[in-house]
Amino acid sequence: MWTFFQDQVLGMKWLSTLIGNLLSAFGFDITGKIGGSLQFFIYDVIKIVVLLCTLIFVISYIQSFFPPERTKKILGRFHGISANILAALLGTVTPFCSCSSIPLFIGFTSAGLPLGVTFSFLISSPMVDLGSLVLLMSIFGVKVAIVYVILGLVIAVAGGTLIEKLHLENQVEEFIRNAKHIDIPIEELTRKDRLKYAAEKVAETFKKVFPYILIGVGVGAIIHNWIPQDLIVRFLGNGNPFGVILATIAGVPMYADIFGCIPIAEALLAKGAKLGVVLSFMMGVTTLSLPSMIMLKKAIKPKLLGIFIAICTIGIIIVGYFFNALQYLLV
Amino acid sequence: MNVKVLGGGCKKCETLLANVKEAVASAGVEAEVEYITDFAVIADYGIMSMPAIIVDEKIVSMGKVLKSSEIENLLK
Repeated sequence: MWTFFQDQVLGMKWLSTLIGNLLSAFGFDITGKIGGSLQFFIYDVIKIVVLLCTLIFVISYIQSFFPPERTKKILGRFHGISANILAALLGTVTPFCSCSSIPLFIGFTSAGLPLGVTFSFLISSPMVDLGSLVLLMSIFGVKVAIVYVILGLVIAVAGGTLIEKLHLENQVEEFIRNAKHIDIPIEELTRKDRLKYAAEKVAETFKKVFPYILIGVGVGAIIHNWIPQDLIVRFLGNGNPFGVILATIAGVPMYADIFGCIPIAEALLAKGAKLGVVLSFMMGVTTLSLPSMIMLKKAIKPKLLGIFIAICTIGIIIVGYFFNALQYLLV
Repeated sequence: MNVKVLGGGCKKCETLLANVKEAVASAGVEAEVEYITDFAVIADYGIMSMPAIIVDEKIVSMGKVLKSSEIENLLK
């Protein structure tokens, strides 16, 4: 029953068959390279767009209950590691873009939240979200998805706690430390407001990530049908013990939405890349991005920024090796 | 009337600024539109979701890219 749900509903295998039949009817040989690439491309674009729109709608609806102002209030009631854990969890449901990261930082700091709690939030927010959970489920299966989310939260909690222990408060820019604490009333939203918000988010996200999806699926289709398997096994599979490190370092400077990464990850995995290599690449691409680093640089001094990047990178590498070691249990 | 658009300089914030200018023009109100990207100033309003609109020092919208027709209603 669950396998059916995962393959046919989340994975939409029937769609692949349908497209394959249609292409055959038009005279394409879907076992050949061009026909196969075409089938993969059309199927993957449709599947990801459908998943994306459904997911963003549901997630945005949930997120509308957690504006940053409320998250700030909730976090203020907790102390110690439980505050870090909660920050990491709320990071997955609080909506914010890179532009809001500094106002959010100011809000958290002025409310008296420890630096480590803020960082637990900042690490988990881009790395783990509800969307990635369902998307990973549809492609890698439920076990991988759950382990991915748990490990992402562990990196966020451990990273935040470490930053706390290093006492880097002096590494935060003056204007943030001196900001007054202001509580503004939280907007009361009706059900209609929330639905409208969710619909707008779908349109906005779709416009933003559609090019990434096309590029991602295009690259995926090329890997799927044109790159020899032994090449991938040699560099990203069992043949290379440094695959995880390589993938993380390649992924960190790149920036794409998780929806664009997934088709590439899927194709690499099918071709014999190790699970940990693929997931560390994805984490690297989504967690650390140039635009958000440029934004954060205005709020924190280079030393703390460096430590933040180092913690995330090392965390991702450890998670990668962990996944490699557990691959036989998960896939 | 004084209208401030608060943002970090990303595309969403720029779009909102353009929409606000359009709304001011089509509503025919006398308003001065300012674009604030200085986070120290933004901090004074206690806003955590960008972009935001302030009309005569009152927060009227945050974290949303409103259409110019929606902004016109806020200017009345």
